Amino acid sequence: MKNNSFKSNEVMLHTVTRIVTFIILSFSVYLFFAGHNDPGGGFIGGLMTASAFLLMYLAFDMDSIKKALPFNFTALIAIGLLLAIFTGVSSMLAGDPFLTQYFRYFQLPILGETELTTALPFDLGIYLVVIGIALTIILTIAEDDA
Amino acid sequence: MTLLHWATVSPFLLAIFIPILYKYTRSIHTGWFVLVLPLVLFGYFLSLLPITSNGGVIHETIPWVPSLGINFTVYVDGLSLLFALLITGIGTLVALYSIYYLSKKTEKLNNFYVYLLMFMGAMLGVVLSDNLIVLYVFWELTSLASSLLISYWFHREKSTYGAQKSMLITVFGGFAMLGGFSLLYVITGTFSIREIIEQADAVLASTLFLPAMLLVLLGAFTKSAQFPFHIWLPDAMEAPTPVSAYLHSATMVKAGLYLVSRLTPVFGGTPEWFWLLAGFGIITLCWGSISAVRQKDLKSILAFSTISQLGLIMCLFGLGSATLHFDPTDSTTKFYATATLAAVFHLINHATFKGSLFMTVGIIDHETGTRDIRKLGGLMAIMPVTFTVSLIGLAAMAGLPPFNGFLSKEMFFSGVVNATTLGIFNMETWGFLFPVLAWVASVFTFVYCAIMFFRTFTGEFKKENYDVHVHEAPMGMLISPVILGSLVVIFGLFPNLLTYTIIEPAVTAILGADVFGGEANIYLWHGFNPELFMTIAVVAFGTLIFMNMKKWQQTAFYLRERDPLNRVYDSSLDWLIKGSQGITRVQMTGMLRDYFAYMCVFMILLFGYTMVRYNAFAIDTVNVSVISPYMWVLTLVFIGSTLAIPFINHRITAIIVVGVIGFLLALFFVIFRAPDLALTQLLVETVTVVLFMLAFYHLPELRKEKFTPRFNLVNLFISIGVGGLVTLIALSSFALGTEAGLGTISEYFIENSKELAGGYNMVNVILVDFRGLDTLLEVLVLGIAALGVIAMIKLRMTGREDV
Repeated sequence: MKNNSFKSNEVMLHTVTRIVTFIILSFSVYLFFAGHNDPGGGFIGGLMTASAFLLMYLAFDMDSIKKALPFNFTALIAIGLLLAIFTGVSSMLAGDPFLTQYFRYFQLPILGETELTTALPFDLGIYLVVIGIALTIILTIAEDDA
Repeated sequence: MTLLHWATVSPFLLAIFIPILYKYTRSIHTGWFVLVLPLVLFGYFLSLLPITSNGGVIHETIPWVPSLGINFTVYVDGLSLLFALLITGIGTLVALYSIYYLSKKTEKLNNFYVYLLMFMGAMLGVVLSDNLIVLYVFWELTSLASSLLISYWFHREKSTYGAQKSMLITVFGGFAMLGGFSLLYVITGTFSIREIIEQADAVLASTLFLPAMLLVLLGAFTKSAQFPFHIWLPDAMEAPTPVSAYLHSATMVKAGLYLVSRLTPVFGGTPEWFWLLAGFGIITLCWGSISAVRQKDLKSILAFSTISQLGLIMCLFGLGSATLHFDPTDSTTKFYATATLAAVFHLINHATFKGSLFMTVGIIDHETGTRDIRKLGGLMAIMPVTFTVSLIGLAAMAGLPPFNGFLSKEMFFSGVVNATTLGIFNMETWGFLFPVLAWVASVFTFVYCAIMFFRTFTGEFKKENYDVHVHEAPMGMLISPVILGSLVVIFGLFPNLLTYTIIEPAVTAILGADVFGGEANIYLWHGFNPELFMTIAVVAFGTLIFMNMKKWQQTAFYLRERDPLNRVYDSSLDWLIKGSQGITRVQMTGMLRDYFAYMCVFMILLFGYTMVRYNAFAIDTVNVSVISPYMWVLTLVFIGSTLAIPFINHRITAIIVVGVIGFLLALFFVIFRAPDLALTQLLVETVTVVLFMLAFYHLPELRKEKFTPRFNLVNLFISIGVGGLVTLIALSSFALGTEAGLGTISEYFIENSKELAGGYNMVNVILVDFRGLDTLLEVLVLGIAALGVIAMIKLRMTGREDV
């Protein structure tokens, strides 16, 4: 993140980034949801989302992306971990061992017959943690000027 | 807790209150509070005397760790009561003496009396315990208290040196003793001395007999300052004189003698016990008395004199133990048991006269400011009381009539002369040495007593030698030595006062049988016999040597004061420190690569040895799958790029090649049908390469790009070794696993992934459902790593800041 004396015009990069980011984000969401039955899952989905964000950071300057993505990524780690742990604890409330996962099929309005499982919030927790740590590490190192 | 238990631990209880008493009663000397306790205890133990005199014993137990057979058992018989009376009696006198010796204005009395009481309690515990482990605990407490007392003036270098030395030597012995006790427990299955004595035959028959005996003796010899462990005692003379009088003449140094006499019924009657005790005792006797002659400091003379007298007693215990070889009830046995009788008698006598001598030396030191015999002289008229007490003490120590030392010395001579007729343990060959050495040692004893006496009290009084006004000590300081001096005379004139009440029960306890049957008589005059002529010859030769002192005073023998064995101790301690520092310096290089090499070499040796030892190498080519051509290609590229890394000169190239290896690995995952792994590997590898690049970017400007991997043959061998070994282990475990028919649990996952968890992606189902806990903790690891990065980068602390 060096400050050059003059600002180069990176209109190509900006334009491509605007489009590609959406594709990557959609792909990452697909990977996240596909995990149960196809290759994918929280870990890969999280890394993919993080790389989309990183691309934005690379293409634009830090300040504007911070405005566009007003997340505290460190807090995301905690939220993800809590989510994963609470998923595990919730099964204990039902009298089963820690981290027992449940699934059932529901008839949903648009999606038709859909399988809903408690593994999903657990995976969501992992997804959030992975985004959090990837961005925390890279941004912390990048912001380090000393 | 019986009264006896309370009596044993009462000094510790009082010690707790000493600092409080010291703080709130500054106008009264703390010693007065302390004085009461040993006096009361002395009275209490005296009241037990009738019981033991009639052959009775007191045996009280309170459980401490009963599951391990460790109980706080007090056992009182003639022997322990004798020691208990010595400890409390002389303890009373020393406490009284210390009140006048130590100033309440300048000294830290709270420390002194806490240590002293701690010592007293520990010593009582040692002599009254029947349980070996409890005895050991108290034994080490005496070592600790003794070191604390020696270093009482801890700002003096010599005090701390002496304390460290005595600590190292006595704790070394004490630890060996614990080993001996443990072996005794292994043999007999009990820690109780009573029960071990009952099983003495089993101990003698055991193969562990000799190690147990040697270890126990090591403890006794170091504590009782026997040759060659005696070197700590002269250096312990840096302690305040009351301490020297109490610990290093009357009580602690006799703990070893107590242990030896206590265990005589177990080990006694064997040639090993006999020769070790008698041999080391007689060597210590001669060495100590000869070394004492050349000392110039009064306390040093007394220290070496104590060593030699302890050797004498040890020798007598050894000679007396031969009695157990015979039938104790036989009338001829009495003849040999004289040695034990003499030992016990001399033990008492030595405590009286040595205690008084230390106290008088303390008075001389206190009133003249010096203990150097080259400066002292002509004090006879100035310090008449001190002079009289010293004269009595020195005459007793030299073995002159009519003092008690004369009697015990005569009995010592009869003991060694009787022993020559033993006819067992090769005594017919070597037995003549005992009377000869004993006689020589007695001559030297006479000489140093004469030196102490004539150099201190006779001659000319030179005022310029002293910094202070020389005068007689105050009354209070003189009470204790006068009492001890009177006891010397009383025991000398009426020896049978003690014989039936204390000495005989003690001898009975040591030999395990009433040998004398109430007929042990000690007479001041026992006719013209060899012993008397030996004493006369001692006096004659001693006088002759002393008269010619001027001649041999100039020889190297007299001028070199320090014991030559100190050099062995000092240099071995030096060598130990230097050696361990050297070893540490060789292995702890501070370089990570060396430690890494150690780990790898250790791993190779450990695994390699295990594999060779159990013949676990096995290679199986039957069950391997077919390798397709593109796998060969991929593998060759993979191996090629791995081998290339050590030869790459540019770091940036190395990073890229590492990235290549990572992506090739992802390709392997694809080929081996692991899409999730491949995806993750691709993404993680990308991130890693980016982070490597970042680290590379921030390398210091200096020495940039000038990186040549150095060739090191040892490292090459180590890495080939590790690689080869891991490969062999992998091949062997595959082959052996197939051979043993170890199945896989994946069938279960394949079958149940949809049924139980509702998902087709088996990997993911395992990750979030079957083994979700692992995943949970892995993301926790990631979170901690992220927080670690933040902490390292954001918290830039300088100097000694703390979070």
